[in-house]
Amino acid sequence: MSKGVLVDITRCIGCRSCQVACKSWNDLPADKSEFSNSWDNPEKLSANTWTKVNYYLIEEEGQKLKWRFVKRQCMHCLEPACESACFTHSFVKTKEGAVIYKPTELNKDYCVGCRYCMIACPFGVPSFQWDKAFPYVLKCRFCYDRMKEDMEPACVSACLTGALKYGDRDELLAEAWERINTIPGYVKHVYGEKEYGGTSWLYISDVPFDKIGFRTEAFGKPVTTRSIPSLTWDVLKWTPALFFGWGAVLTIMRAYTKRRAEHIEESELFEPVDNK
Amino acid sequence: MQFGRFSFRLTGFRKLLILLVGIAAAVALWRFISGLGAVTNLSDEWPWGLWIGFDLLCGIALAGGGFSTALIVHVLHKDKYLPIVRAALLTSMLGYIIALVSLFLDIGRWFNFWRPFFYWGYHSVLFEVFWCIAIYTTVQVLEFGDIVFEKINFPSLKRILHGALPFLLILGIVLPSLHQSSLGSLYIVAVDRLYPLWWSMLIPFFFVWSAFFLGPAMVTIEGTLAARTYGREPELPIFSSLTKVTLWMLVIYLIVKIIDLVYRGVFSMAFNGSFESNMFLIEMILFIILPIIMYAMPSVRNKLGGVLTASILVVVGVVFNRVNVVFTGMAGAMGGSYFPSIWEWLMTMGMWSFLVLAYCFFVENFPIMAKEEYVHGSGHSIGTGTGFQA
Repeated sequence: MSKGVLVDITRCIGCRSCQVACKSWNDLPADKSEFSNSWDNPEKLSANTWTKVNYYLIEEEGQKLKWRFVKRQCMHCLEPACESACFTHSFVKTKEGAVIYKPTELNKDYCVGCRYCMIACPFGVPSFQWDKAFPYVLKCRFCYDRMKEDMEPACVSACLTGALKYGDRDELLAEAWERINTIPGYVKHVYGEKEYGGTSWLYISDVPFDKIGFRTEAFGKPVTTRSIPSLTWDVLKWTPALFFGWGAVLTIMRAYTKRRAEHIEESELFEPVDNK
Repeated sequence: MQFGRFSFRLTGFRKLLILLVGIAAAVALWRFISGLGAVTNLSDEWPWGLWIGFDLLCGIALAGGGFSTALIVHVLHKDKYLPIVRAALLTSMLGYIIALVSLFLDIGRWFNFWRPFFYWGYHSVLFEVFWCIAIYTTVQVLEFGDIVFEKINFPSLKRILHGALPFLLILGIVLPSLHQSSLGSLYIVAVDRLYPLWWSMLIPFFFVWSAFFLGPAMVTIEGTLAARTYGREPELPIFSSLTKVTLWMLVIYLIVKIIDLVYRGVFSMAFNGSFESNMFLIEMILFIILPIIMYAMPSVRNKLGGVLTASILVVVGVVFNRVNVVFTGMAGAMGGSYFPSIWEWLMTMGMWSFLVLAYCFFVENFPIMAKEEYVHGSGHSIGTGTGFQA
């Protein structure tokens, strides 16, 4: 069964325990803190920070100010764009549900460092070690080592409030809808159920998702529910047909027009340019 | 300068170019020692910058002259264009070599560059691009080898190359057709992020089509430049005649573009006043519609100044389009900001300086340019007449 995590925004208190747990389990160095006008720290995901909590102060007319906290990390897509984008297949979606990077995870060092995965990821997750001479592309690995031992990810184990729940994705999805339908106040949407073909991490919230940094719309339309690999494949699958079809057309055209072509001895036609 | 049979005249300008190549080599060395972060302004928000956006994407597009003239001359046997075919092949080959070098500098784990040949990520557009570009560059070097061995005597190798030439020619059109379109397909993954005026399932068509119609325009520009440099007469009849190809391809491009925008229901976005929409309108009006009008007027296309201006618009327009896809169209979704560092600029300048130097060297030492009497003389004219009157 493919695993997932259900994130319940209403239960998160923004303590950042998940962030600390991730750093310590995965032995990640600290990113230097900087002053900024947000409460986030560090400001963004990076090769050293695979998860972080974003803080939102939501003002709605006639209502009290609301704090909401959103944990970010790799969404572990069901059909990951990074996996399909990689031309050495260095990312892989395991049967357990984790999307892992083979060079560091399975000791299969094929990654070329082209960063097309970073262009491809709809959530902007993979990060590059810009300061290294031999850099890796790093991101949340769903604690794949723990997963294989039937343990929950480090971040989930550190969560005090039950905002994070680890389990089978299908069951979590059912539970998410049950919470939405039985407890008043939830937005009627599970983020990650259908976005980009679905993700292993699912979010439910009592404030609109677009107010807490989720993309629900792109250029005035809902974000696509088709997986990115399937979009690419729609074009890529024509490659062999184009190769042989176009090759055949060209060969025939060449043979056809050759009959009326005059023969010109090319070596007579050209000469080096005199530049004295 | 003389080395053996080859000569290379050093002028002040060429010394400057050599200096730029030298600086670029030093920057490249530093980049390999200290990593990309120290040399470039790239970030997690902007993983691709000048080297990919300009040197690679535009370099490959600008090299489109190679496969479009090959198609016109060697497949359709329009022999009146034969005089320009070798120069087009040379520029194209050098463009690809530069693109490959840029790519090699840009990839983080460069020592793994050969891996995609063995670990098949066939579900990636980049996989197709990589294979096609690698093989096509080889094909071009072999095609070019056929020319080089006219000067260097090596009969057995020359015979093999010459025999393989028809096959190489077809391959040399099919492969670039595939990867020029795939360079566009690369951006299909950017659905919901690349601005809808550029994102389309038809983007592979737009990329390969524009790379093709750019070819004749590029040939016009480099032909004029070469003629000016070497005090020759520009091949104006050929340039004017070629505009027919570009003209119709531009018209079709424009029509398909409009149909595509209307079909996806984003046509009105072109007029919403945003930065993206304005850039798009500039791209369409200045670099597509204006050249169409110019090419359509005999009084413009039959004068060197006219055909050259329109061709420059076409070429700049394709570069403008690629830059819009890589930067303008992605800026809104990527966040952060990117402007190339001084080192990225120096690297790029060094690359293109190398292209100019290599072009001059080959043209001066190998039979690349047509003998002048063939192009302009009356006796051996290769059917340039029709184009001249058109």
